[in-house]
Amino acid sequence: MSDPKIDGLELKPGFKGMADDTGSDQTMFKGVHWGKAMMWIFLLSDTFIFSCFLISYMKGRGSTLVDWPNASEVFGLHVFGVEVPLLLIAIMTFVLITSSGTMALAVKYGYEKNRKMCGWLILATAVGGLIFVGMQAFEWSKLISEGVRPWENPFGAPQFGSFFFMITGFHGTHVSIGVIFLFIYAYKTFAGHYDDRKRGWFTSMKGDYVEIEILGLYWHFVDLVWVFIFAFFYLW
Amino acid sequence: MSDEYENKTGYQAQSSETISSGSGGGSRTASDIDYVRPAEVTDQDLYHGHSFITKWVFCQDAKVIGVQYFLLATFTGVIGLILSWLMRLQLGFPGAAGFMTAEHYYQFVTMHGMIMVVYFLTALFLGGFGNYLIPLMVGARDMVFPYLNMVSFWSFFVAVGVLLASFFVPGGPTGAGWTLYPPQTILEGTPGSGWGILLMCISLILFVAGFTMGGLNYLITVLQARTRGMTLMRMPLTVWGIFTATVLAMLAFPALLVGALMMTLDNVLGTSFFMPTIIQAGEILEYSGGSPILFQHLFWFFGHPEVYIVALPAFGIVSDLISVHSRKNIFGYRMMVWAIVGIGGLSFFVWAHHMYVSGMNPWFGFFFATTTLIIAIPTAMKVYNWIITLWRGNIRLNVVMLWCLGFIVTFVNGGITGIFLGNVSVDVPLSDTYFVVAHFHMVMGIAPLMVIMGAVYHWFPLVAGRFLNETLGKWHFWLTFLGAYSIYFPMHYLGFIGVPRRYFEMYDSPYMTSAVGMNEFISMAAFIVGAAQFILIFNIIKTLKTGKPAGSNPWKANSLEWLTPSVPPEHGNWGDKLPVVHRWPYDFNVPGAKEDFITQTTPPSDVVGTEVEKT
Repeated sequence: MSDPKIDGLELKPGFKGMADDTGSDQTMFKGVHWGKAMMWIFLLSDTFIFSCFLISYMKGRGSTLVDWPNASEVFGLHVFGVEVPLLLIAIMTFVLITSSGTMALAVKYGYEKNRKMCGWLILATAVGGLIFVGMQAFEWSKLISEGVRPWENPFGAPQFGSFFFMITGFHGTHVSIGVIFLFIYAYKTFAGHYDDRKRGWFTSMKGDYVEIEILGLYWHFVDLVWVFIFAFFYLW
Repeated sequence: MSDEYENKTGYQAQSSETISSGSGGGSRTASDIDYVRPAEVTDQDLYHGHSFITKWVFCQDAKVIGVQYFLLATFTGVIGLILSWLMRLQLGFPGAAGFMTAEHYYQFVTMHGMIMVVYFLTALFLGGFGNYLIPLMVGARDMVFPYLNMVSFWSFFVAVGVLLASFFVPGGPTGAGWTLYPPQTILEGTPGSGWGILLMCISLILFVAGFTMGGLNYLITVLQARTRGMTLMRMPLTVWGIFTATVLAMLAFPALLVGALMMTLDNVLGTSFFMPTIIQAGEILEYSGGSPILFQHLFWFFGHPEVYIVALPAFGIVSDLISVHSRKNIFGYRMMVWAIVGIGGLSFFVWAHHMYVSGMNPWFGFFFATTTLIIAIPTAMKVYNWIITLWRGNIRLNVVMLWCLGFIVTFVNGGITGIFLGNVSVDVPLSDTYFVVAHFHMVMGIAPLMVIMGAVYHWFPLVAGRFLNETLGKWHFWLTFLGAYSIYFPMHYLGFIGVPRRYFEMYDSPYMTSAVGMNEFISMAAFIVGAAQFILIFNIIKTLKTGKPAGSNPWKANSLEWLTPSVPPEHGNWGDKLPVVHRWPYDFNVPGAKEDFITQTTPPSDVVGTEVEKT
């Protein structure tokens, strides 16, 4: 990987600066690491995937023959003899958003070359992601035990089960992939791969703390998508 | 690289002052006027393969990956060609192929369409030409993520494998038409409704995943890895075309991915995303409440940009070929760039013109007809610019130029029938007739294919170091050009008399009596055109060893890919020093210049006194 030389580069602010950068040679986004630019564009593409899912969901929900189930009843939890709507999902959302915070801190400590703090914070993020996936698995098994399936649903329209399992499953896959990478990156941080600029196992490119920021972008994106899924499934 | 960086920054302030003050006195030195901003990025770190496997199989060199894409796409394209032969055999001479049942026919139609659009044209333009040309043309050592690039090709390889495997599963490949419309795609009675469609969806998902990895490479290489002096507006139009097409692909393939995934779930798990309540053979199926139109929207939100994913690289490449072989700068370069970008943007707002007869709200048709016709404006601009580029050019009427001229004619032809079909009231009677078949084969089949052929004859000397044989090339061109018109011109007429597309046989319908001779003629032409393509394959195999050696820059072109220290270029492309770019790639026949071309790396101090002194 090639490193941008930001020192000595004059960046003008505002629209004028953007026009200058666009019109200049070599790079469009001055001082931006290749991998970081790639992650942004990948996320743009991924946004289109989730948008297609959610728009299909809206269309599907709008055209079913049977009524859509009441979200606060279906997703409610029975705790200590009281029916609490959206309890589990509130905790899940809280955990995921907290993990975004630890991720942001990990990026900060990474750039400060504070290997220990960075590593622990990545681990904390990974654990947050694991808790999220675990709670999602719990919610899935609860719904399944109540008879909700991708093809049928005792509470109303069968499309509820189809869209719920598909979209939360697709998001959960994103989270799981993120968790796997977080554990790998935590190991690499503790082992000093970024400080020593050790070459990657597959890509054979030199390691750099910017990789943590790139993974962070992905993690924040997964978090942001969850906010939309949460709003569309649980609050609508 | 870093030494140079420091040297240049030393006198940066001084030189910019002199130029901006506008005094322009005779005191300016060569190094002043040749000044190019220092490198922003350190030189790329490359993995060099050592064994046969890392050099030629699991290779990270974009050029090798490009050739791999090219060969595999060509291989699938030949399969698509053979399928079209079988279809034409049935249509021209019903019953001549004894094994051909209606089911087989539908399967061949479907696989021919999907293979040609996705696995042949898209993979060839973006995977093949994109990989080979982008790093060379923007002056990079390689794609920015070589490992990801390698994985991209091997995903494509697996996708092709899964696709071809569907020929050998129970029930055979899907026969639902390349648009895969539900509900019939997964209902019994449609060939391949079980395994066939499943493998098709899996293959498409793999293709999209692989393409995303490649596409990220193409985009970031263009945006972030250009060489010193290479601004966006100095890039060859080829790069602009491939770049914009990749942007479209990154935003359009998600819709296909989602559609394929939901289709798979409907098929395997029995969900009802796309499946309404259906009675089949007197029995109500489990499905209920889904929307088949939703699939059509998802499919065409991918499908229409897909047309431009194929067309835009063709536009870009043909612009460069025309400019080089008529020894003139491309007319209206900026206009061409903005037309490419504009067509790309508009292509996301026209998708429902494929759905005028789907039963969607008629007001949609009004909107989409309008946006569709607006696309004619940037497209027509491009056609005029090609023609004005040719006008009074010093035209070399070689094989490359023949293909370019063939492209312009064919594209205009297909474009005009597109205006017919873009209008709702004209489209409705012509919908699902052979007129549509003729239109899209002209505009996105034959036309881009002609550009591919031209590009092969043009860049073969770079890839292989030898010229392709011109005589064979001329046979190839004239057989293909005349043959393609013999196939598709009569098809327009078939459409007008109402012959429906996708029909296995016309039996004794009135269509058949008036169309039978024409169908025979079309089939004969199709056999000849198909066979003519093997001339190219023969030509390539023959010239690889015995062709006329090309040497460096045989066409006297300006763009960077011809200026590598060795031909064919080696891994890393540029030897020790990256090229420095001083101008756009279209300085041909500049008054006052020594030769009729000025390469992109020629510094201004070398062309003092010519009309392009200041660029």
